[in-house]
Amino acid sequence: MRRVFHILLVLLALIAPAAGSLEALEATPIIEETEPVLLDVVPPGPPCSLTVRDYLENSDFGDKIEIEWGLSPDDGSGACDVTGYILSRALAEGEVGEVLDEISSGVTRYIDESVEPGVEYYYNLVSHDGTSPSGRVWAGPTAGRANLFQWSRFSVLVLMVVFFAMVARFTAVAGKGAKLFVRRIPGLNAIEEAVGRATEMGRPVLYVPGIGEIDNIMTIASLNILSHVAKITARYDTPLIVPTARAVVMSAAEEVVKQAYTEVGNPDAYNPDNIRYLSDAQFAFAGAVNGIMLREKPAANLYMGAFWAESLLLAETGFEAGAIQVAGTAMVSQLPFFVTACDFTLMGEELYAASAYLSREPKLLGGLKGSDWMKVVSIALIAAGIIARAVGLESFVAWFQTQ
Amino acid sequence: MRRVIPLAITFLIGMFMLVDFFVPHHVVSSAAAEMKQWGTIVIAASILLGVGNLIRVHYKKISRKQEGWGYSIVTLSVMVVMLFFGGPWGTIQEGSVFNWIFLNVQVPLQSTMFSLLAFFIASAAYRAFRLRSLEAGMLLVSAIIVMLGRVPLGQFLTRGLPEQATLPWLTETIMAYPNMAAFRGILMGAALGVMAMGLRVILGIERSYLGGDK
Amino acid sequence: MAKGSDIRNIDRRFIFVLVLAAVVWPLLHPLRLPMDISPPVQSVYDAVEAVPAGSIVMLAADYSPDTMPELQPMAETFIRHAFRRDLRIVVACLWPASPPLVEQALGPLSEEFGKEYGTDYVNLGYMAGGIVTLLGMGASIPETFPTDYGGTSVDEIPLMLEVENFDDIAFVMEVSAGTPGTREWVQQVQSRFRVNLASGTTAVGAPNFYPYVQSGQLTGLLGGLKGAAEYEILVGAPGDATSGMDAQSVVHALIVCFIIFGNIVYFVSRRSEKRLAQDV
Repeated sequence: MRRVFHILLVLLALIAPAAGSLEALEATPIIEETEPVLLDVVPPGPPCSLTVRDYLENSDFGDKIEIEWGLSPDDGSGACDVTGYILSRALAEGEVGEVLDEISSGVTRYIDESVEPGVEYYYNLVSHDGTSPSGRVWAGPTAGRANLFQWSRFSVLVLMVVFFAMVARFTAVAGKGAKLFVRRIPGLNAIEEAVGRATEMGRPVLYVPGIGEIDNIMTIASLNILSHVAKITARYDTPLIVPTARAVVMSAAEEVVKQAYTEVGNPDAYNPDNIRYLSDAQFAFAGAVNGIMLREKPAANLYMGAFWAESLLLAETGFEAGAIQVAGTAMVSQLPFFVTACDFTLMGEELYAASAYLSREPKLLGGLKGSDWMKVVSIALIAAGIIARAVGLESFVAWFQTQ
Repeated sequence: MRRVIPLAITFLIGMFMLVDFFVPHHVVSSAAAEMKQWGTIVIAASILLGVGNLIRVHYKKISRKQEGWGYSIVTLSVMVVMLFFGGPWGTIQEGSVFNWIFLNVQVPLQSTMFSLLAFFIASAAYRAFRLRSLEAGMLLVSAIIVMLGRVPLGQFLTRGLPEQATLPWLTETIMAYPNMAAFRGILMGAALGVMAMGLRVILGIERSYLGGDK
Repeated sequence: MAKGSDIRNIDRRFIFVLVLAAVVWPLLHPLRLPMDISPPVQSVYDAVEAVPAGSIVMLAADYSPDTMPELQPMAETFIRHAFRRDLRIVVACLWPASPPLVEQALGPLSEEFGKEYGTDYVNLGYMAGGIVTLLGMGASIPETFPTDYGGTSVDEIPLMLEVENFDDIAFVMEVSAGTPGTREWVQQVQSRFRVNLASGTTAVGAPNFYPYVQSGQLTGLLGGLKGAAEYEILVGAPGDATSGMDAQSVVHALIVCFIIFGNIVYFVSRRSEKRLAQDV
C-alpha cells in the first residue's frame, strides 16, 4: 500500500508541471486584455544563489529541509521591482515540480516541513515582479534525515536518569536490609478488615479492577493489589468475585487469582466462574456490576484501577447495598465521587504504592522511596522555575520545554 | 522459566519504547508504530476470550438454574441476536438492523445509565456535605458556589454586583487556583508513581500482575 | 459506611423524584435565564469565523451514546456553523459508536443548508488504533481511512481528492468523551503537525483540558452542556443545550437545597442526641 502511495506521489509530481503550463496558457489572454503599454516586460534578475540542506537545528524526524537563497539583484536594489519568489520542489532533476510556496521579497530562508524522510528532492526558485518571472535557479538533491537524538527532550532524559538512579540506589539500600519508613495508608489497612468482615458475614468480596485496558498502568497496579486480596480471601476461604470490562484484563486476573490461591495452599477454593468478563461498554459494565452487588450481596467492594463516569454509579449502589467500600484510582476527576461514597479512598500515587506497602518487599519499597525523593527534586525545580522567571532567567525555564 | 520469557519480553519492549521517545529516527518510530499495531490486534483478538468466558459463566448458571438464571438467558440471547444481525448484514451501515438496534436500544440504555448520575450525585451530596469541621465547612461553601456559579442561575442571582462578588467569577477563581493546584499536585505525584511503577515492571521487580512471584 | 435508619439517610427515591421534577419542569416551561459567553467558547467561535470560506475543516467525533446529551449539541452546532460559513467538513472517528451519531446530525443539517455528500461533506467513519491512527493521518488521511462510513473508496469522493494530510485541514473540532480523545489529539497531532485545534468535552472532563487552553495548544474549549449552550447562542441557533441549561440550573439549585436541608437535619438530630444523652 505504501509503495502504491509513493508511486502515486511520483506520478503526481510528473503531472503537476504539465498542469502548470496549461494554466499558464489559459492565463495569457487575460494579460493581453490589460493595457500593454504599462506592462513591465523586463523580467527581474534571478536569485543569486540557492542552497538546500537537511534541517538540523531542532532534532526533527527527517521531515524538514532548509532552503536558503541570495536575494535577486532587483530585490531592494537595482530595478527594485521584485514582489516575491516562487519555490518549487520536484522528485527528478530538471523538473519544475509542484509549487511549494510563494514567498515575499526580502526573505532568504524557507523551511520545507512536508518532506518524506529519506526521499531526495530537487528545488528551484524564481523571482517575479508581478508580471514576468526571472530565470530559474536550481539546487539539490537533498533528503531529510532524522536525527539520532531528540535534543528537545534532553531535559526529560536527564530527569529520568536522575529518577532511575534514585530508585536504583534506594532499592539497593533496602535490599541490604535497611529499614525504610512508609507512612500508614489507612485505605490499604482497611482492605484486610473489609475481607474479614465479609468472611464473618459469610458473603463474597467484590473486586473491580477498573475499566482500563491492560496497557493502562493503573490496571497493572490494580492486578498487583488483586494478588494480595486474593491471598487473603484464599486464606479465609471467602468467595472473590472479579468482574472485568476487558477480556485481556479478565485473562490476567484469572492467572493472578489462581496463582494466589495456589501460593496460599488453597487451590481448590479457586472458582474460575467468579472471574467474569461482562462488557466493554462502560455503562453496560456498570449496570452488570450493580446487578452483582444487588443479587450476590458482597459485603466488601474494592474498586481499584482506572475509572471514568461509572465510578459514582458503582460506589453509590454499593453504599446503598450496605457494603464496606475501599476505592483507589489516579483518575483525579473521579476521586471526589469515591471519597463521597466510599469508606476509604487511595488517591493517585497511593494506588501505585499499594503493592510495595502490602508486600513490604524491600525492592518495591526502594522504588517508593525513590519516587518520594524525586518529588522533593520536582518541588525544588518548581520553586527554582518561579524564581528564574521572576528574575528574567528565561533560559532556565526554556531548558525544560519539550516537544 | 515460565516467568523468564514474559519478563524478558517486557524488558525488551519496554526499553524499546523508551528509546522511541528519545530517538526521532524513522526506523525506530516506524518499528514502534508497528509494535503498537500488534498491541491493537492482540487486544482486538482477545475479545474471543471474553465471549468464551461470558458463554461459559452464563451457560453454567442456566443449566444449574442458579438464582437469577433468567437474566443469563437474556444476556446470551441478546448476544446471539446482535451476532446474527451484525454478521451477514453489516454492523454500522445505515439502514442495517444492527444499526437500528444500536440507535434504538443501546443509545437510550446507555444514556439512561449515564443520566442516573444526576440522581446519584444528588443523593451523595445530600449525605456527604456535612458541616462537621472547618475543612468540611470550606468544602461545603465552595461546593455551593461552584454548583451555582456553573449555571446561568448563579449569574442571574448575583447580577448587578461588582464582578469579584459574582458567583461565576468566584467559581472561576476557585477552579483556576485552589482546585487546579490540588489537581496538579495529585497529578504530579501520580505521574511519578506511574514512572516508578513502569520502571519496576520493565525491570521485572514488580511481577505479581503476571500471577505471582515464582 | 452502613446505612443508618434515621432521617439523615432519608429514602433516596424521594430525592430522585424531586430531581426528576427539577429536570422535566424547566424543559416544559423554559426559564430563559440570561447567559454570558465564556472566553474559551468565544475563542472556538472566533476560530471558526476566521477560517476562509471554502476551506476544509475536520470534525473529530470521539464519543458514544451515553455522553450524547452533552456532546451531540456541540457536534450539531459546529456542523451548522461550518455549513453556514460554506466550509467543507470531513468527519473522522476514533470511537466505533460515533459515526452513526454524527450521521444523525449531518442528515438534517445538510438538507437544511442544501449541502451535498462527497463534495461538501464526508463521513470517514471509524478507524481502530487510537494514537496510531492519528499518526497515520499525519502522513496520509486517505491511506488511513481508505473508505468512508458507507464503504465507498475515498478515491471516488471528490472532497477527499483535496485532502492529503493535516496540511489541508484548516481547523479541527475534536468532540471527545474520553480516551482516545482530546488529550491524544493535543499530544500527538497538535504538537507534531501544528493543527488549529479546538475541543468540546463533557463537563467532568473539561478541567483536564484547561491547561491546554492556557498553553495555546487548544484554540478554545467547549466544556459540558454550558459550553455547548454558549456556542449555540453564539451561532444563533439555541437548541437542546440551551434548554438543557435551564434544567441544569434548577437541578443545581435543588442539590444546594438538599445540602442545606441535610445540614439542618444533621444539626437538629445531633442536638437532640446530645440532649438525650444529658437526660440519661
